[in-house]
Amino acid sequence: MREIIKMIVVLTVLSSFSGGLLAAIRGGTMEKIEYQQLVFVKGPAIRNILEGCSNDPIVDRFKIKDGDIERSFFVGIFDGKANTVAFEGVGKGFGGDMGLMVGVNIDDDKIIGMGVTTHSETPGIGSKAQTDPKFPNQFKGLAAIEPCKVKPDGGEIDAISGATVTSRGVCVGVTDATEIYKRLKPQIAEKIQEFK
Amino acid sequence: MAKTITQEFTKGLWDEIPPFRLVLGLCPVLAVTKSVENGLGMGVAVVFVLVCSNMLVSLLRNIIPSKVRIACFIVIIATFVIVVELLMQAYAYPLFLKLGIFIPLIVVNCVVLGRAEAFAYKNGPVRSIVDGFGIGIGFTISLTALGALREVFGSGTFFGMSVFGPSFQPFTFMVEAPGAFVCLGLMLSLMNLAGNK
Repeated sequence: MREIIKMIVVLTVLSSFSGGLLAAIRGGTMEKIEYQQLVFVKGPAIRNILEGCSNDPIVDRFKIKDGDIERSFFVGIFDGKANTVAFEGVGKGFGGDMGLMVGVNIDDDKIIGMGVTTHSETPGIGSKAQTDPKFPNQFKGLAAIEPCKVKPDGGEIDAISGATVTSRGVCVGVTDATEIYKRLKPQIAEKIQEFK
Repeated sequence: MAKTITQEFTKGLWDEIPPFRLVLGLCPVLAVTKSVENGLGMGVAVVFVLVCSNMLVSLLRNIIPSKVRIACFIVIIATFVIVVELLMQAYAYPLFLKLGIFIPLIVVNCVVLGRAEAFAYKNGPVRSIVDGFGIGIGFTISLTALGALREVFGSGTFFGMSVFGPSFQPFTFMVEAPGAFVCLGLMLSLMNLAGNK
């Protein structure tokens, strides 16, 4: 009996000590990790979309509460005016969820660029949505307040050949982003003032 | 016959160098040594985990009941592995992306658990730290050497820098899984040859 109690006590103390230590380290590194993830996972897409801006969009970011989740917005300053934000929508592709970074000019509500941040599509087929610039470039100049669709569904986006599901998923993700934009536009316009 | 502290350290560098002499923990060794950088990163992570877990196991060796010792070792090792994982995410994110799943898998690395069970549970903290450090450094050297061999011949680069110039046709077999086995076998046989003289 004494032995069992000793085992229980030792394991409990050890586990709680380890839990406490991990919680402390997690708390200490959380901000740093978030920044690193932004730089290496979303960074390339953000920099591509906001090409030519005079600031660092990963540093100049703000968050808006949208229901239960907090969304991050990255600010691009062009010609001294902070008038562009990049943010992420989610679409369902062939291999699971895809993250779509969409850049919108808030003066004329037009999409200035789109890029795939995370995906698990088939390499060489669906992954072209991320690697082949021709596909994302089609989204440039579209209105950021209307849903976007591929041509067979009555829209104006040419699907990637052999990857209709992926292309549809991207359109759904961009539409998701436009809905976020419509919903949060007043807050975005207000927050972006801080970066002028 | 008790070994001196120096012997405890140097045994990890040649006599018991993992994974060649102690053929343990092969899974990450074969998988991550596609390049020097990966091998070195993995090695450093293992050194940290080995030293910390050996130290703690050795300090607690009189408190830990022998019936649940393996569970206690795993808790200790897992804690330090997650510490490494978090630190790597915060300060070396590209390396973390490359090593991916193999960092959490250090928890079940036989080298780490093996040292805790075979050495730290029976020896004092100073010796255990030295042992962990020696074995860890040995592991790092092996991984770096294996990574260097495979990267130089398999992709014609060293730390990402081109070695042979643009006309070199990479021997891609070396960076694939079978190449890892062949390299490991060749290195092991060379070491045996040198050791038997």
